[in-house]
Amino acid sequence: MAYSFPEEVLEYVFAFLSSHKDRNAVSLVCKSWYEIERWCRRRIFIGNCYAVSPQIVIRRFPEVRAVKIKGKPHFADFNLVPEGWGAYVYPWISAMVRSYPWLEEIKLKRMVVTDESLELLSKSFKNFKVLVLSSCEGFTTDGLASIAANCRNLRELDLRECEVEDLSGHWLSHFPDNFTSLVSLNMSCLGSEVSFSALERLVSRCPNLRTLRLNRAVPVEKLPNLLRRAPQLVEFGTGAYSAENQTDIFSNLVEAFSGCKHLKSLSGFWDVDPAYLPAMYYACTGITSLNLSNATVQSPDLVELIIQCPNLKCLWVLDYIEDAGLKALPSYCKDLQELRVFPSDPYGAEPNVSLTEQGLVTVSAGCPKLQSVLYFCRQMSNAALITIARNRPNLIRFRLCIIDPQAPDYLTLEPLDTGFGAIVEHCKELLRLSMSGLLTDRVFEYIGTHAKKLEMLSIAFAGDSDLGLHNVLSGCESLRKLEIMDCPFGDKALLANAAKLETMRSLWMSSCSVRRCPSSNVEVMDERGHPDSRPETCPVEKLYIYRTVAGPRVDKPNFVWTMDEDAVLRLS
Amino acid sequence: MSPESETSGGLKTELTLGLPGELQVQKSGIKRGFCEVVDLKLVNNSKSESQPSSKTQVVGWPPVRSYMKNLVRNCKYVKVAVDGAPYLRKIDLEIHSSYQDLLTGMGDLFTCLTICNVLNERKLMDSANGEEYVPTYEDKDGDWMLVGDVPWKMFVESCKRVRLMKSSEAIGLGAAAPSTPSKGSSTGC
Repeated sequence: MAYSFPEEVLEYVFAFLSSHKDRNAVSLVCKSWYEIERWCRRRIFIGNCYAVSPQIVIRRFPEVRAVKIKGKPHFADFNLVPEGWGAYVYPWISAMVRSYPWLEEIKLKRMVVTDESLELLSKSFKNFKVLVLSSCEGFTTDGLASIAANCRNLRELDLRECEVEDLSGHWLSHFPDNFTSLVSLNMSCLGSEVSFSALERLVSRCPNLRTLRLNRAVPVEKLPNLLRRAPQLVEFGTGAYSAENQTDIFSNLVEAFSGCKHLKSLSGFWDVDPAYLPAMYYACTGITSLNLSNATVQSPDLVELIIQCPNLKCLWVLDYIEDAGLKALPSYCKDLQELRVFPSDPYGAEPNVSLTEQGLVTVSAGCPKLQSVLYFCRQMSNAALITIARNRPNLIRFRLCIIDPQAPDYLTLEPLDTGFGAIVEHCKELLRLSMSGLLTDRVFEYIGTHAKKLEMLSIAFAGDSDLGLHNVLSGCESLRKLEIMDCPFGDKALLANAAKLETMRSLWMSSCSVRRCPSSNVEVMDERGHPDSRPETCPVEKLYIYRTVAGPRVDKPNFVWTMDEDAVLRLS
Repeated sequence: MSPESETSGGLKTELTLGLPGELQVQKSGIKRGFCEVVDLKLVNNSKSESQPSSKTQVVGWPPVRSYMKNLVRNCKYVKVAVDGAPYLRKIDLEIHSSYQDLLTGMGDLFTCLTICNVLNERKLMDSANGEEYVPTYEDKDGDWMLVGDVPWKMFVESCKRVRLMKSSEAIGLGAAAPSTPSKGSSTGC
C-alpha cells in the first residue's frame, strides 16, 4: 500500500488543525494517521480529570506542550460537592514532570492545587509560560511565590475566582529584577496588599504586558502610575475604585486613562465611588468587554458608563442596573452579544431592585447579536419567554435563574413549561440551557423534542416523574453534561438510558430519588454511610456518573462509593 | 401528577426532608415521591416565621458563587466540622447576631442536632445517638477555644474555623463537666 504523503507532510497539514474535535477525528481515520497525529499533538484538553489517567495520556501523546484539565463538576461552584471529594492536580503534575520536561502551559479548572504542586511545576518545567487557574483551591500565596521566583519565562499568571489562602502580598516581590516576559497577570481574587513599588517596577519592565487585573487592595490612587507605565494595556481590572476626596486623583486618572488607547476590557470596580467613573470615559470607545459585577452603584451611574461603550460585546453587571438601565442597551450598545445580570441580594426575601423579566425582553428585542444570556430575576412569565425566543432565535446560551424555587408564571400562575418550550423550539442552535421556576414533565417533552444541539442542561426543582428525565436522555442527541438538583427523578430513567450515559461526559444528580444505580463508574456521595447500609427505599444524596477509561478512582474520600467495584476498563 | 400542585396556598405544616447536614425547602403541595424514612421532619409554620428567610438557605440555591455573596454586605464564612461526620459545612458568622443565634443556625445546618442548654453551657446534642457536642473554634493565633468565652463581635473577628467537639473530649478546654458547674476556671489547654 502506497501512502499519498510522507509523514512530514501529514504532520505539517495536521498542524493547521487547532480544534480538539478535528484532531480526534483525524486520529480515527487509520492507524498510520493515528500514529502520526499522536506524535505531533501539542495541546491536550481533558474535560474530566477522572475520565483518563495521566499515564494513559502520556503513553498516547508523548510530545505535549500545553495541557488543560477540568476537575470537579460544575455544581461544585455552589457548594454542592463536599470538601475533600478530589480533583487533585498533583498526580498529573508529577507524571508530566517526568514525561513532558518542555511543558509550557497548564490550564486548570475546579481542581485542587497545592503549594507543593506549584513548587514542583515551577522548578521542573524550564520553559514554562502559562498558568491559568480557574475556580481552583488548595494553595496559598507561598505557592505563587514559587511560580514568581522560578518561572523565568513566564508569560501568563491568571488566577480566576480561586480560593487562595492569602498569607501575604509578598509573593509578587519574588519576580526577579531581570524578569521581563510577563504578558498577563490576573490577581483579582487575592485579598492581601502587594508591595506597590514592586508592582510598579514589574509593570515598568514588562513591555509586552497586555492584561493586568488588580485586586481589591490596590487603591485608586495607585492606578495612574500603573497605567502610565503600561499604556499598551488591552485588558485592565481596577482595585477598589474610591478614595477620600482628592481632586488630584480625578485629573490624574483622566490623564492616565486617556493614554491607554488600546483598552478593550475593563473589570474590578469594587467599592465604586460613582464620581470617579467618568475618569475612564476617554478609554471607553474601544471597550468590548465590561465586567461591572462588583460595582454596587445605582442604575443611572452604571448606565452613564455603559453608554460610553458603543462597541460593547460583553456586559456583566449587577441587578442594580434595573429594567430602566437595560433599556439603554439597544440604543447605545447594538453589538451586544453576551449579557450577564447577577443578583445583588440573592438571599433576601423581597426584591431590592426593580429588575424584572422586562429588562431581558427589551434587550432581546433591541440587540440583534445577543447570543449568550445569564439572568437572575424574581419573576418571569411564559409570555416574556416566548417573546424572547421569537426575538432571538440566535441564542446559543440561555441561563435563567428565578430566585424563588418553583416560582410560577407570575401573571397566570401556570408552570413555565411553554415559555422554556418556546426557547428550545425557536433557538435551534442552543448549546446550553439552565432552567428555573415551576416546571412540570411537559417542559422535558419539549426539550427532548427540540433541543437537538443542546450540550449542557442544568435543572433544579423541576419535573414530576422519571418521564421528565427520560425525555431528556432519549431526545437530546448532543447532550454532554447534565446536572440536576432536587428533582423527583429516579432509577427508571437512568436504567432505560444507560447507554446514553456513555456518550456523555457526566451526569450529576443531587437530592433526587435515585436508589439503585445503572452501571459502573457511578460515584455516590453519602455522608450517612454506604448506600447498601440503608433501607432499600432510601435515595442517595448525590450521584455523579461519568465515562472513563481509567477505572475506579484510587483517591476517593470516605464518603464516596463507586457502585461497581469491578468496573471494567473500557478501551477507548 | 398531583392535584395539590394546582393550589398556590401553603399547607399548615411543611414537610422537610432533613438529610444530615442539608436543609431542604420543599414547596408545599408539590408531591415529590421521596421516601419517608428516618430523616423526615415536620417543620411548623411558626418555626419558619420566627426565622428571617434569609437564614434558611437551601444548599446550592440560588446558584451564586461564594465570592459574589461578599459584595453587598460583609460575609464571614468559616468551616464547621463535626466530630465523626465526614462532611465539612460552611457557616456565615456575619448573619448571626449572638451566640444563641449561631447555635440556632448550626442546629439548622446539622439537622440531626438540637440545642440543649445545660447549666448555662451551650451544647448541641444528636438525638439519634445521645452524643453531646461542644462548639469550639480556632482563633487567629491558632489556639482552640470554647465558643462563648469572648464578646460576640470579638469572636466573629478572630474565629478561623469551628469544630463541634464531642463533650467528652472538650474537658481540657476549660469546659466544666456537667456535674461541677464551676466557671471562670482556666481556659485553654
